[in-house]
Amino acid sequence: MDAIERSLLEQVAELHEVPEGAYNIRANGKAAARNTTASIDIVSKTDKDGIDIIIRPGTKNQSVHIPVVLSQSGLQETVYNDFFIGDDCDITIVAGCGIHNCGVQNSEHSGIHSFFVGKNAKVRYVERHYGEGDGLGENIMNPTTVVEMGEGSYMEMETTQIKGVDSTVRTTRAKLGPNSTLIIKEKVMTHGKQLAKSDFTVDLDGEGCHTNVISRSVARDDSKQIFLARINGNAKCHGHSECDAIIMDRGVVVAIPEVTANCVDVELIHEAAIGKIAGEQLTKLMTLGLTEKEAEEQIVNGFLK
Amino acid sequence: MLELQNISYGVEQDGEDKNILRNINLTIGERFVAITGPNGGGKSTLAKVIAGILVPTEGKILLDGEDITGLGVTERAKKGISFAFQQPVRFKGLTVKDLITLASGKSIGVPEACDYLSEVGLCAKDYIDREVDASLSGGELKRIEIAMIMARGTKLSVFDEPEAGIDLWSFSNLIQVFEHLHEKINGSILIISHQERILNIADRIIVLADGRVQNDGARAQVLPQLLGNVPSVCSALTDKVR
Ligand SMILES: Nc1ncnc2c1ncn2[C@@H]1O[C@H](COP(=O)(O)OP(=O)(O)OP(=O)(O)O)[C@@H](O)[C@H]1O
Ligand SMILES: [Mg+2]
Repeated sequence: MDAIERSLLEQVAELHEVPEGAYNIRANGKAAARNTTASIDIVSKTDKDGIDIIIRPGTKNQSVHIPVVLSQSGLQETVYNDFFIGDDCDITIVAGCGIHNCGVQNSEHSGIHSFFVGKNAKVRYVERHYGEGDGLGENIMNPTTVVEMGEGSYMEMETTQIKGVDSTVRTTRAKLGPNSTLIIKEKVMTHGKQLAKSDFTVDLDGEGCHTNVISRSVARDDSKQIFLARINGNAKCHGHSECDAIIMDRGVVVAIPEVTANCVDVELIHEAAIGKIAGEQLTKLMTLGLTEKEAEEQIVNGFLK
Repeated sequence: MLELQNISYGVEQDGEDKNILRNINLTIGERFVAITGPNGGGKSTLAKVIAGILVPTEGKILLDGEDITGLGVTERAKKGISFAFQQPVRFKGLTVKDLITLASGKSIGVPEACDYLSEVGLCAKDYIDREVDASLSGGELKRIEIAMIMARGTKLSVFDEPEAGIDLWSFSNLIQVFEHLHEKINGSILIISHQERILNIADRIIVLADGRVQNDGARAQVLPQLLGNVPSVCSALTDKVR
């Protein structure tokens, strides 16, 4: 692995060296390294690109890292990763994609991640997206996440895209079983002419299930973001979505809620707040000796932290 | 030493000029100076003019003899002016520690940040990592605002009604806080207040009413007049009507 790939890895997986536990590192379309453990197996798919990650029931306090890095300009790939998480597991999964594109062709990674979460399992899923490179080619990522949650399970999904991704359409579809909980926290910052679209569909199918979809985003320059939260309440359940965005320069943010109650016991809430940085926040930090630019930076960093 | 020379501030309202500050002349170099006066008298406006948030329509401001009239908020802060707002600002995402660190202007450790919080009567470990957002109570926010000024420790600190919303139990501590601050900065503390207990620690009291300095002098001289002679405050209004 070369210096560029290593630095991408650091960005997306906060990995400085080979991680502990199970991992699968994919670099430029090929498996670069893999490790399995007694309770976590990773198997390459035979019919298409991708892997199956099989986590034995009852596996606790373990982690799986599956970073992807692309440093060859013009590489375009679609990868299928399926996670089979056994009952009663308690695990952390870190995925991420880093693209370094110095060429003129577009680099594109589309990851389709499916999670089958067993009964009473607890999953923390962290996904980071990062792009760099000063070529004319665009960095494109279109992640799809499919989640099926068993009875009493809990999943927290944290996605972050802070820099350098020119175009992204993130699609998330989830089906929640009885008493399960899905928390989604998305953080996005776009610059230049970037476009980021997030499309969430959560089906609250099981009695007593609950979801909270939270997006915090900053759109700078001429970038555009679209946040679409579709929550369908099909049983006695509770759903909440919230979009909180700062717009700067000529940035555009669109928040589209679509909440459907198919049952009288459904409780659904959508909140959206979009606006520029409050003048008094800038003033306050300036009275502490920060310049306007520094104040802006602090406010944005804090907001996305 | 802060000097305000012929400071006036006006705004246009419904096509008419409205004078909020009228020809204010003050030289402030004492330890504790209190500014009091009726609601709407122009106290907060004056504080904002000092901090550089509002630009006076007329007049000059000098700090230690240097003309700072043309300086912006950041530059004045760097020259040594601190300002605790009457209504503190909330931030989504920034924590108490973040703000205190920014205020101190250097990277400080958790223990040091905690010291400032303890000083304003907040149990540091409960607050240090909290976001300064809508979840904090009004009184908590006011105390954090004061802690930030402590962390800055500049030669001139302006507090706009610091006691508002602070419970009686903590009130005497607040007075100690100002005394500590003075020991530390060895400069001037300017406190806008309606509270007799605060006026009681002032070396000098300035009464601002209807945008004018209506009374100004040593505490021993001004306070009895304020307490015994309420109509004097209102005379500014009657003068205006006349
Ligand atoms: N931008 C503005 N436009 C119009 N009027 C203003 C503006 N800013 C302040 N004022 C008016 O100026 C007057 C002085 O306001 P200021 O906030 O300085 O009063 P204050 O002495 O601090 O009062 P309080 O004791 O209630 O805090 C008030 O009548 C207020 O309504
Ligand atoms: Mg005021």
